Amino acid sequence: MSWNRKDLLGLEELTREEIELILATAESFKEISTREIKKVPALRGKTVVNLFYEPSTRTRVSFEVAAKRLSADVINIATETSSVKKGETLIDTGRNIEALKADIIVVRHNASGAAAMLARHVSISVVNAGDGWHEHPTQALLDIFTLKEKLGRIEGLKVSIVGDIAHSRVARSNIWGLTKLGAKVTVCAPKLLIPPAIEEMGAVVTNDIDAALKCADAVNVLRMQFERDEGAAFPEQLEYFKNYGITNERLAKAKRDIVVMHPGPINRGIEMASDVADGANSVILEQVTNGIAVRMAVLFLVAQAQDKLVVRG
Amino acid sequence: MKILIRNGRVIDPANNIDGVLDILAEFSKISKVAKNIRNGADKTIDAEGKIVIPGLVDMHVHLREPGREDKETICSGTKAALKGGVTSVLAMPNTSPAMDNRDAIKLLKGIIAKSAKANVVISGAITRERLGRELTDISALKQEGVLAITDDGASVDDDKLMLEAFKIAKVAGIPVICHSEDKALSAKGVVNLGLTSMRLGLRGISRESEYKRVARDIELAKKAGAWVHIAHVSCKESLDIIAKAKKNGVTVTCDTAPHYFALDESAVLGFDPNFKMNPPLRSKEDVQAIKEGLKSGVIDAIASDHAPHTENEKDIEFERAEFGVIGLETELAVSIAELVEAGILDWQGLVKKMSLNPAKILGLDKGTLSAGQDADIIIVNPDAEWVVQKETLICKSKNSCFLGRKLKGAVEYTVLGGKVVYKK
Repeated sequence: MSWNRKDLLGLEELTREEIELILATAESFKEISTREIKKVPALRGKTVVNLFYEPSTRTRVSFEVAAKRLSADVINIATETSSVKKGETLIDTGRNIEALKADIIVVRHNASGAAAMLARHVSISVVNAGDGWHEHPTQALLDIFTLKEKLGRIEGLKVSIVGDIAHSRVARSNIWGLTKLGAKVTVCAPKLLIPPAIEEMGAVVTNDIDAALKCADAVNVLRMQFERDEGAAFPEQLEYFKNYGITNERLAKAKRDIVVMHPGPINRGIEMASDVADGANSVILEQVTNGIAVRMAVLFLVAQAQDKLVVRG
Repeated sequence: MKILIRNGRVIDPANNIDGVLDILAEFSKISKVAKNIRNGADKTIDAEGKIVIPGLVDMHVHLREPGREDKETICSGTKAALKGGVTSVLAMPNTSPAMDNRDAIKLLKGIIAKSAKANVVISGAITRERLGRELTDISALKQEGVLAITDDGASVDDDKLMLEAFKIAKVAGIPVICHSEDKALSAKGVVNLGLTSMRLGLRGISRESEYKRVARDIELAKKAGAWVHIAHVSCKESLDIIAKAKKNGVTVTCDTAPHYFALDESAVLGFDPNFKMNPPLRSKEDVQAIKEGLKSGVIDAIASDHAPHTENEKDIEFERAEFGVIGLETELAVSIAELVEAGILDWQGLVKKMSLNPAKILGLDKGTLSAGQDADIIIVNPDAEWVVQKETLICKSKNSCFLGRKLKGAVEYTVLGGKVVYKK
């Protein structure tokens, strides 16, 4: 199995083997972060540009740390988008970054498909760090990596994803990744936050949080973005916590060793009680640590594929 | 000036003709259609092995002038039309200014007289500035020469206002062309609601937003006894509603665009905005239903909904890109491939949908090859293969959803009013 994609845009287009290759590569990179000198020369001489059109701390920092541990040079560009500006900037900016002879653009953008569009217009590598509601492949990969590390496998696992599924790129990428690897995915949310046709992606739908937790090996709790203006679709915060919040009382009825995940940042007391976030079942900080290894793997693989393309001419 | 087109397979459904014949055009009119015409023509075109049909009538074209000459002009759009075999187009009124008063229409007629390369006929707006608030002076627009009224791109939400529009249009004797969409239901969507919107993480446009408004428009037209024409039908439910209304004697006609029978929603999965249109590309079942509707006759016409946009407005983030695609240069070849070659329509059927029927709907004396008619004739090589490429499209904008597609069937000659105006 070899990796031949210059870009990582989403998990939908990946095969099971490609996902497994990323996970295996990440596993081999994880140890680097435990060394006294946390650096290998794998991407020495490469330039990675973090192009973030949306506020993000952890994903951006995670990519930056990952690139630096591989000895790449990293440039961060944070910029605001405005829908009024009709996005003329993204393609132009991408071409400018290419003209600077950078090797990889890591892009976060609030429009679904932005990473795909950028990849069509530049020949250097594009890694999607989250595009609109579409995909956030490295988040799902690190979730899956963490799960596999905790439970030893993905095949046959029951994973519940709770929260605003409709507007979540994390949910979409997780559903693609987990189902491709043979897990059974349940999504749980108030009706208006479940997008149509999600069953056709292979997920089971429930509006009952206790049912979603009951047999689950793991629960991935999404951040509720109450700042989003989606009008009537959004429940009241307290109402949401009462009906869908993950509490120790609810977990008491679930499997004893259920793995609790959250992509962060957490709204404590809204989608998850504080003592759950800090409790024994939580792997939230391990996810952050694993995020580095997964992103190192992704940067390494796309750079390698790019080099192969260049050699082939 | 006399032109003789010899030995082509002449197809003229109005006269139930399908056979190898000659056509003689004298000055601007057709003078004779017969076998072996012996007449000293000034110009003879050998059409052996070719198909000879009336020039196409496209009843849904955005020529963008006045106002957005960077996207298309009357001149560039009509040149593209002639290359596609389209000799008459109905210009949509969503220009700037909108065609909502006599002065605007006078201005447009002036531009047409000066720069149109094909026959351009005009539609007027239903409401002022197409805002759905206040009716235009429909009778005055009619006197100024509009052949239909439409707020295309928008639908009049107010039932009372729409009913009033139908009543006045009925008295004026012109059809009301409806862009049937309830924007409250389509809710800022950009692709078909369902698995496609789910996969792409984009807002979806429900089928309901179309067919519920189709039902309303038909209901109001029926009440007023007016002629309603539903534009760009894209989903099965709309067709069911239209079929039922036709059966019940309502004066309703409709059209669809080539992309609704040549493409389904899966085309959008790469986020290419050249597949973004409104209504959106629908499911495979809908595509099937559209084809059946063309075959059964529920769908009367094929129109391109030619909607040019600049690259700056189109080749950007999907959700921010403009809706719409160009179609004048590809509609005939796409229809030949998807309908004639696929056995859904025969040539007579195709000519009805693309020429005779739209002419009838608009009350235009076109779409036939009868003696005495305007000599608007096209000669098509049904075997010529070509690939749709940006570089060879002559339309000012290049936002085609068929780029890269291999098509069969190309226009070799376009004759307009007895003159050769396009030659391949």
